[in-house]
Amino acid sequence: MQETTSVAVSPAPAVPREKPRGRSLPRWLLVPSVGALLIWMIIPLGMTLYFSGINYNLLNPDLSGFAGMENYSFLWTDPAFWPSIFNTIVLIGSALVITVGGGILLAVLFDQPFMGQGYARLLVIAPFFVMPTVSALIWKNMLMHPVYGLIAKVMIFFGLEPIDWLGEYPMFSIIVIVSWQWLPFAFLILLTAIQSLDQEQKEAAQLDGAGPISMFIHIVLPHLKRAIAVVVMIETIFLLSIFAEIYTTTAGGPGTATTNLAYLIYSLGLQQFDVGMASAGGVVAVIMANIVAFFLIRMLSKNLKGEYEK
Amino acid sequence: MTPATMRTMRYTGTSVLAWVVAIAVFFPIFWIAVTAFKTEQQAYDLSVFFMPTLESFREVFARSDYLHFAWNSILISVGVTLLSLLLAVPAAYSMAFFPGKKTQQVLLWMLSTKMMPSVGVLVPIYLIWKDSGLLDTVTGLVIIYTLINLPIAVWMAFTYFNEVPKEILEAGRIDGASTWQEMIHLLLPMSLPGIASTGLLLLILSWNEAFWSINLSSANAAPLTVFIASYSSPEGLFWAKLSAASLLAIAPILVVGWLSQKQLVRGLTFGAVK
Repeated sequence: MQETTSVAVSPAPAVPREKPRGRSLPRWLLVPSVGALLIWMIIPLGMTLYFSGINYNLLNPDLSGFAGMENYSFLWTDPAFWPSIFNTIVLIGSALVITVGGGILLAVLFDQPFMGQGYARLLVIAPFFVMPTVSALIWKNMLMHPVYGLIAKVMIFFGLEPIDWLGEYPMFSIIVIVSWQWLPFAFLILLTAIQSLDQEQKEAAQLDGAGPISMFIHIVLPHLKRAIAVVVMIETIFLLSIFAEIYTTTAGGPGTATTNLAYLIYSLGLQQFDVGMASAGGVVAVIMANIVAFFLIRMLSKNLKGEYEK
Repeated sequence: MTPATMRTMRYTGTSVLAWVVAIAVFFPIFWIAVTAFKTEQQAYDLSVFFMPTLESFREVFARSDYLHFAWNSILISVGVTLLSLLLAVPAAYSMAFFPGKKTQQVLLWMLSTKMMPSVGVLVPIYLIWKDSGLLDTVTGLVIIYTLINLPIAVWMAFTYFNEVPKEILEAGRIDGASTWQEMIHLLLPMSLPGIASTGLLLLILSWNEAFWSINLSSANAAPLTVFIASYSSPEGLFWAKLSAASLLAIAPILVVGWLSQKQLVRGLTFGAVK
């Protein structure tokens, strides 16, 4: 059936530009990238799925064979599992609220004319380019240290009791560090979006007597909707795998206070060498990411269609 | 109050507020830069008035194999950038100028591979790398970074190629240019700024990547991210040395980031925000 239609359509030589004769090379140019990504997607993911269904512990090679859902049920009842899911969600949620909220406020502020705007912007986006291990250690040792840290010294100066940030409020501290790194990302994207807002539209609203607040709610926010959605989804995907910040500061502790899913999988797989259970955790992470990815890809595909119509 | 003074007041107010925020956000980096030039004793002072010294930098070089890690970082990020571009540019060229029915699906599928969280495949990758001798090698890290960044590279190159007027390439084709000639002599010169910013983004992402480097490398292939992580031991309390090592690690890529800030938005949002 399909063949007959294609036969019926293809002899139309009116559109020779669509298929230049003798040019199959352009198609082949896709193959290396597609092939590499295909292998990358299928093999490790397949192995994760496979390992999650067998008994596989590098420290206990006698134990082997099909495990069924055993790894999952062990993971389910692992005292660190539910806290790690909870911590992952708290970390992502808080960092999103702080970076998107702060990013919007900063973008509105930086959209106004002011002195040395370009230089101030360079300062604000800088943290994004700092490698995670550096930002984690600088915050931990030099800023948040309970005795010598800058914050402690400032608090003592004001007669306050210094706080052991990473000891007493470990999750809060991690959120601060992660938000500091990702605020510039949200800011930069939202600023770009806000600057694409039509000046005439703004002026028209001003002439209609719209104050700054109603301007923000009725004109700026709706215009930013798409950019905000993009920031939320891309950050979620990166924040789901936050690892280096936790590895270098708290190592998941105290207890399981800062163990997120990424750190739990690392510790199950590369510290306890329980490949089966770590893989079950990996499957959970992939499922969580897919839920977000579904929405992101749907949005980008709409965007892509718009691009073709242009 | 005249509208002119109102405007001046508003301008001044915005300037003050924006600069206070900017300085607050930048402060930790400023603090690294200041502390790096102190001695260990001075580092615990909050003072910013002191005789700058290069002692900590000398110590970092003397006590650790700093150049070894820096060289690994350079090798890895340059390797990833070149390899990714080599794979991505032809693919993006093919999809931008010879779109088929499946092009859209291919693009979205490529993106979907980026959505796979690294932790989801940590265990199998670790085991494959261990068995194939890729563990703790620069090649091993280049391969994995290229795979995780390839979708971004293809997308970014694709959005830039989409802006190149198709007529010019067609004219070249009618004049008898081969596919390679067309790509190298027509497309590349026209889209050089776009390819350059794609390269810069790849450079930044691979320089700062810390998940795979921590898990897949140790002494031999470790880049600066891993070297700095080694300061998480009590060593981290030697603030001046920590700062000196950190400053050297972040300064080059910070400059690259500043230079390419405008183009980054497109790359990081897959063209959704320009």
